Amino acid sequence: MTETSTSTTGAPAAGETPLLDVDDLKVAFATEDGMVRAVDGVSFTVRQGEVVAIVGESGSGKSVTGMTLMGLTRGPNARIQGSAKLNGQELLTASNNDLRKIRGNRIAMIFQDPISSLNPVYRIGNQIVEQIRTHNPNISKNDAMEQAIDLLARVGIPRPRDRARAYPHEFSGGMRQRVMIAMALSCSPELLIADEPTTALDVTIQAQILEEIRGLREQTNAGIILITHDLAVVADIADRVVVMYSGRVVEQTTLDDVFYDPQHPYTWGLLGSITRVDRDRRTRLPAIPGQPPSLLAPPAGCHFRARCPFAFDRCAEVPPLTSHLPEAPDHLDRCWLDVERKRAVRNVDGEIALLNAKG
Amino acid sequence: MSRFVVRRLLTMVLLLFAISAVTFLLFIVALPGGNPAGQIAGRLATPAEIHLISVRYGFDKPIYIQYLKTMGNIFTGTAYSYSQGFNVLSEIETGLPKTLSLAFGAGFFWLFASIVLGTLAAIHQGKYLDRVLTVLSMVGVSMPPFFLGALLIYYVGYKVGLIPIGGYVPLTQNPAAWFWHLLAPWFTLSVLFIGFYSRVLRGSILDVSNEDYVRTARAKGLSERRVLIRHILRTSLLPIISLWGLDMAQVIGGGAILTETVYNLHGVGQLAANSIGNFDTVTLMSIVMLTAIAVVVMNALIDIFYAVLDPRIRL
Amino acid sequence: MTAFASELSSAPEPEEPIGDENEALPPGIGPYALAWRRLRRNKVAMFFGGLFLLVVVLCLLAPVYSHHVAHIGYANQDYGTISIGGKQVPILSDHDIPIGPTWNIHHFFLGADDLGRDVAVRLLYGGRASLEIGVVGMLITMVFGTICGLLAGYFRGWIDNLISRINDIIWAYPAVLLGITIGMVLNVRGLGPFKSTTLMSTALVVGFVYIPYVTRPVRAQVMMLREREFIDAARQQGMRPIRIMFSEILPNLSSTIIVFIPLMLANAIILEAALTYLGAGVKSPNASWGTMLQSGLQDFPAGFHNVLIPGLTLVITVMSVNIFGDGLRDALDPRSKVRGIAGGN
Repeated sequence: MTETSTSTTGAPAAGETPLLDVDDLKVAFATEDGMVRAVDGVSFTVRQGEVVAIVGESGSGKSVTGMTLMGLTRGPNARIQGSAKLNGQELLTASNNDLRKIRGNRIAMIFQDPISSLNPVYRIGNQIVEQIRTHNPNISKNDAMEQAIDLLARVGIPRPRDRARAYPHEFSGGMRQRVMIAMALSCSPELLIADEPTTALDVTIQAQILEEIRGLREQTNAGIILITHDLAVVADIADRVVVMYSGRVVEQTTLDDVFYDPQHPYTWGLLGSITRVDRDRRTRLPAIPGQPPSLLAPPAGCHFRARCPFAFDRCAEVPPLTSHLPEAPDHLDRCWLDVERKRAVRNVDGEIALLNAKG
Repeated sequence: MSRFVVRRLLTMVLLLFAISAVTFLLFIVALPGGNPAGQIAGRLATPAEIHLISVRYGFDKPIYIQYLKTMGNIFTGTAYSYSQGFNVLSEIETGLPKTLSLAFGAGFFWLFASIVLGTLAAIHQGKYLDRVLTVLSMVGVSMPPFFLGALLIYYVGYKVGLIPIGGYVPLTQNPAAWFWHLLAPWFTLSVLFIGFYSRVLRGSILDVSNEDYVRTARAKGLSERRVLIRHILRTSLLPIISLWGLDMAQVIGGGAILTETVYNLHGVGQLAANSIGNFDTVTLMSIVMLTAIAVVVMNALIDIFYAVLDPRIRL
Repeated sequence: MTAFASELSSAPEPEEPIGDENEALPPGIGPYALAWRRLRRNKVAMFFGGLFLLVVVLCLLAPVYSHHVAHIGYANQDYGTISIGGKQVPILSDHDIPIGPTWNIHHFFLGADDLGRDVAVRLLYGGRASLEIGVVGMLITMVFGTICGLLAGYFRGWIDNLISRINDIIWAYPAVLLGITIGMVLNVRGLGPFKSTTLMSTALVVGFVYIPYVTRPVRAQVMMLREREFIDAARQQGMRPIRIMFSEILPNLSSTIIVFIPLMLANAIILEAALTYLGAGVKSPNASWGTMLQSGLQDFPAGFHNVLIPGLTLVITVMSVNIFGDGLRDALDPRSKVRGIAGGN
């Protein structure tokens, strides 16, 4: 765990407006089988220069959260409620015109699969130039191209002037992702949302890309939301972590606290299932048994109930997201279990894991 | 890139040979069943004529000689139709301007209309306009051109007198009349294609809209119009353009046979239609082969065009 | 603490498989049942599907109706007269113009044709022929197209080359011109049982012309399926290629095939009408909608109902097949956002 340069509590100091303030965000989609509640009341903040990681498995609602901030989930079948303010400006109800000005400009997003995320028939230099000139119509094509070449150099692409004339399929996966990052940075956004930026890449390249992203934070002081399913990725780079499960936030705290004092059984399961070099290779890789619940007809009460070894009858009632630790008021979790009990049962053979999810 | 072009052209040439051979086999070997000279000479043939034909086409020689001579006759313009009494190539040339007028007029109209209607249907997907357009395109696709032509001629031409009842007026003779006479044929021929193309485009646009790079384009803050034109249409128009090229080749070669016949335009298509009743194998064979050649050539050109447009294909 | 422990002991046994959380959907609903459900919800497609069935049933009942008409009224129907609204009107006028629809279900409901025959009766009989040719033609296209696609896609190599080249050759000719050519050859020479006197020769032509239309996508899909693991598994087991093709690959092709069926049927019906109109399809004494259109157009503009009626029937039939086919495609392809006419929601 690297030392973070922000305060340990992670919450904004009184009076300081957070860069991004998400409050009780709810997103549901109408499908032919009913209403799918993808995001069910998510709240968090991101400060300038802070990296907030949203961690969860597929179907947890993490990607939908990110895309909704950009307005990419808007459509006739979507029902969006709650509030998301970027420096005080409400995003969820912004007009399409306002949203267009924000996208790529004040908030930028990079996606999971760089090969399909870049238009295959245009040269990448032109694709970056397109974004620059959309938000700065007065800039000349040549100047914009110079900027694009600079950006490519900044993200570590060798011979950027030549490479700007290349097509996406002429790049390797890692390079393509760097191109996406360059594109995202082109208008100096205040907030960067990275949706599973390393999932489609080799592990070796993964480290490089994360290094890029961390470098971004140093250079630009932008806020970064890193969406991933891999807690290990998070360890190196995040300041705070938001753990999502089945549309809800189940734990939310600083990086250290998530790894050293996690309060939710799901988080224990995630920690326990991280592949580790120092573990005995002959034991089975632990996985949390069961499946996430259907978002169409989620069970009443705590969503994790059916997979939780410690569920008891109180769990039939939805636990609120609050802090149970007086010494860490910003460490929130959604679990009825007693703190003492938690600290006891999460310790399995000297490590944190979910009971019976190990081996 | 040039390797690709060479390979593609080579394939095209081989295919052309195959087509000429197959056409030859169908018309000279299969159809007449042993008496190709008599077949070509027609019912009122004299033995002298039959002998002349035999020599000219080499029917007394081995089959590959027959093939070569037949092809030679067709392409050098010496093929003569005994059943209808004209030189085949010059008759085709006479019919060509009519067919071309019909084909290009209709072709550009249906291309334009399909793009507009298909895009509208896609943008308003699921809403009233989309459903109406879908029903209309279903009707268009289900309507044989000769029936639609008959309807138009009867109700708009005969009963109301708004359009001429078929026939063709050369452009050089009277441009206004040329246009007027072609209006209904253009529309008739287009309806079928518009129905099909607009649906294909609609589907193509909707598919492409779900692509990741379209999502990226939106995330970059591009206006919806720019996303549509530069990112969506660029890709989704490709299949339409290639279909258009192929269909144009077919239509020019005589694929508009039904429309030409019902409107009495005396184009290449109608020439083919008339040759059926007269059992005029030479004319029919020439037209069929020329059309197939046009299609194959157009196909090759389109493949090359695609390679230019999509850099991934230039392997 | 102890209370808690006892509660813990009653917690669900983690070893047990965590049951069925997806309680919204009934377990184990197969893709076909799902598609059928979706199709049923598409009111427009179902309506036109029903309309098509109605046409089929009516045409099959041709003998019944013909019997009914023959039993009513007059002895000689040709060049005779019938009574309309009290007046005696000749069925064929002096200028050989046949009477239009009388809307009397008992005789000449839809009028008479140029030989004084009852149009409604001919429409139904003609429909039988057109539909027969359409169905048989479609079957030929589907069977051969699928087999060729399967062989070409699965075996690759020279088999694929051969089949694809033949495909390209067939596809180079416009459908109508190819239909004319083969139609003429069959009409003159016949091919075994397919003599010109039968409807089947037209069906063969119409079916053959569209084979490449099916072969190509089937081949493409087979090539994709071939790379999947379950094919490797089958090969490991020692399954013979034929068995693999039919029991493993073919079922996965079924959505594609099912979607093509109405499309090919529509194409076949229209092509038959076109070929017959040009004189290279159905010939006397057989009757089809195509022959009705052809003879109707010969008298143009007199007796236009002889063109309008078979034409409209043809269009309505083909349109119903097309719309139903479109709905079928939407129902079978869940991931496609392309909604049919009725759409969902």
